[in-house]
Amino acid sequence: MAAETPELKRTGAERESMQALYAQLLVGLINGSFYALLSLGLAVIFGMLNIINFAHGALYMMGAFVAYFLLNIWGINYWWALLLSPIVVGIFGMILERTMLKFLTGLDHLYGLLLTFGLALIIQGVFQNFFGSSGLPYSIPDQLRGGMNLGFMFLPVYRGWVVVFSLVVCLATWFLIERTRLGAYLRAATENPTLVRAFGINVPRMITLTYGLGVGLAALAGVLSAPINQVRPLMGADLIIVVFAVVVIGGMGSIMGSIITGFALGVIEGLTKYFYPEASNTVVFVLMVLVLLVKPTGLTGRAA
Amino acid sequence: MPDAQLAEAAAKTAPATGGEILAVSNLEAWYGESHILHGINFNVNAGEVVTLLGRNGAGKTTTLKSIMGVIGKRTGSVRFNGKELIKSPSDRIARLGVAFCPEERGIFSSLDVRENLLLPPVVRPGGLSLEQIFDLFPNLKERLKSQGTKLSGGEQQMLAIARILRTGASFLMLDEPTEGLAPVIIQQIGHTIARLKKQGFTILLVEQNFRFASTVADRYYIVEHGKIIDGFANSELAANMDKLHTYLGV
Repeated sequence: MAAETPELKRTGAERESMQALYAQLLVGLINGSFYALLSLGLAVIFGMLNIINFAHGALYMMGAFVAYFLLNIWGINYWWALLLSPIVVGIFGMILERTMLKFLTGLDHLYGLLLTFGLALIIQGVFQNFFGSSGLPYSIPDQLRGGMNLGFMFLPVYRGWVVVFSLVVCLATWFLIERTRLGAYLRAATENPTLVRAFGINVPRMITLTYGLGVGLAALAGVLSAPINQVRPLMGADLIIVVFAVVVIGGMGSIMGSIITGFALGVIEGLTKYFYPEASNTVVFVLMVLVLLVKPTGLTGRAA
Repeated sequence: MPDAQLAEAAAKTAPATGGEILAVSNLEAWYGESHILHGINFNVNAGEVVTLLGRNGAGKTTTLKSIMGVIGKRTGSVRFNGKELIKSPSDRIARLGVAFCPEERGIFSSLDVRENLLLPPVVRPGGLSLEQIFDLFPNLKERLKSQGTKLSGGEQQMLAIARILRTGASFLMLDEPTEGLAPVIIQQIGHTIARLKKQGFTILLVEQNFRFASTVADRYYIVEHGKIIDGFANSELAANMDKLHTYLGV
């Protein structure tokens, strides 16, 4: 050890520092995955229902809780939860749409905001009442434990899985909306629901299913996040504020826009944690202010 | 080509020419608080082209929208092939074979031309095939990949008509298809309507352009202040010209 030169020491420190950078990038990508899944759902819902869904965070939280219940009450594992939780929460969302949200058609955005914000508070309150505010553990499924040494960094398998799987789901949703017949109905109904209905398409049913889809994406994000962030009643409330900033930055108009903005802002946040940690919690909001000043409709948004 | 094919396509969907296909009686309609239609009565027989004429704001477009079920509140009776439509939502009305081409054309900007064309679902067998549609509107074939709203006004109008021919609906409602178009395009749309009529489609037309309407219509109704105040056949047109000038204020 006595022979170690200052150069070697520096490269050691550099390597360590690069590892920290990669680690923050990975955290950024993971957060970006959640931002993308959530803002994607918000964009789809906003397009069809013209409602800014403040209940989105609460439904994300429900997604994680459903996975927790499935595992701890019925012994149903993570893989089934990935499928079942979005369906269960999606159905819950569709009931909300049918019993409440649909009556807001044609009213000012403010009503939708108040109703969904109220719903979020109620849902979170109910869960807090039974589970308090601390986190419940949800363990990583066996198949995704451990890690891989990529040479330049150590990658926990589960975290890699979250990023890849989210990306696949986001792109599949994009494909569904932008490249299929069903998606064409959805885009057309976003523009002119009256005419689409006059062509013989049951638009009210489509709106309900769209809300279910958006909510299901949130629940899916909740399941993915359960092993990383634990399952907490306020997990959505903490995340949703950033997600709304992401939506404002990306603009509500475009599906691909919300995916890219989601991932990009996660990465920017991660990089800020590395280069200037003090700003990591505010960087997204600073960007939001800048975007609002320069392009109020968001980077990819259309004028309202 | 395919006049024979067209005929076959339409014959499958339309009942024998001559029978009453649409009967509107005492139809009233409201836009929010404003009462627009005050008891509209008229009928359309299978295979006819019937034109609603009248001044701006008389209630022609509202009449079409009320038949289609896309207006807030309506009362009275609209019977299509004997079925009462007044309480039905518009998607169900469309499924019965009523197709609507709105005045603003309603081409979707987030859809390309092909998606716009394929958007209305087929509601019954016997609609035109894509080849038949491209035969009627060759321009569309070359623009399939374009964004819907990048088309010229005339092309958008053709697309708006073309997409409802695919669905198998035999009763078409066209709201001012010539509005804002160049004479040569108007002529092309006139030929199209004549050809569709020959093939057995029933068409309810709203027009401001009386000269155009007179080239395609079998019968006319005059709409004023939300009521039908007169009606006559194309053969009686000459005898009614003076009255018509008074009605339309031309």
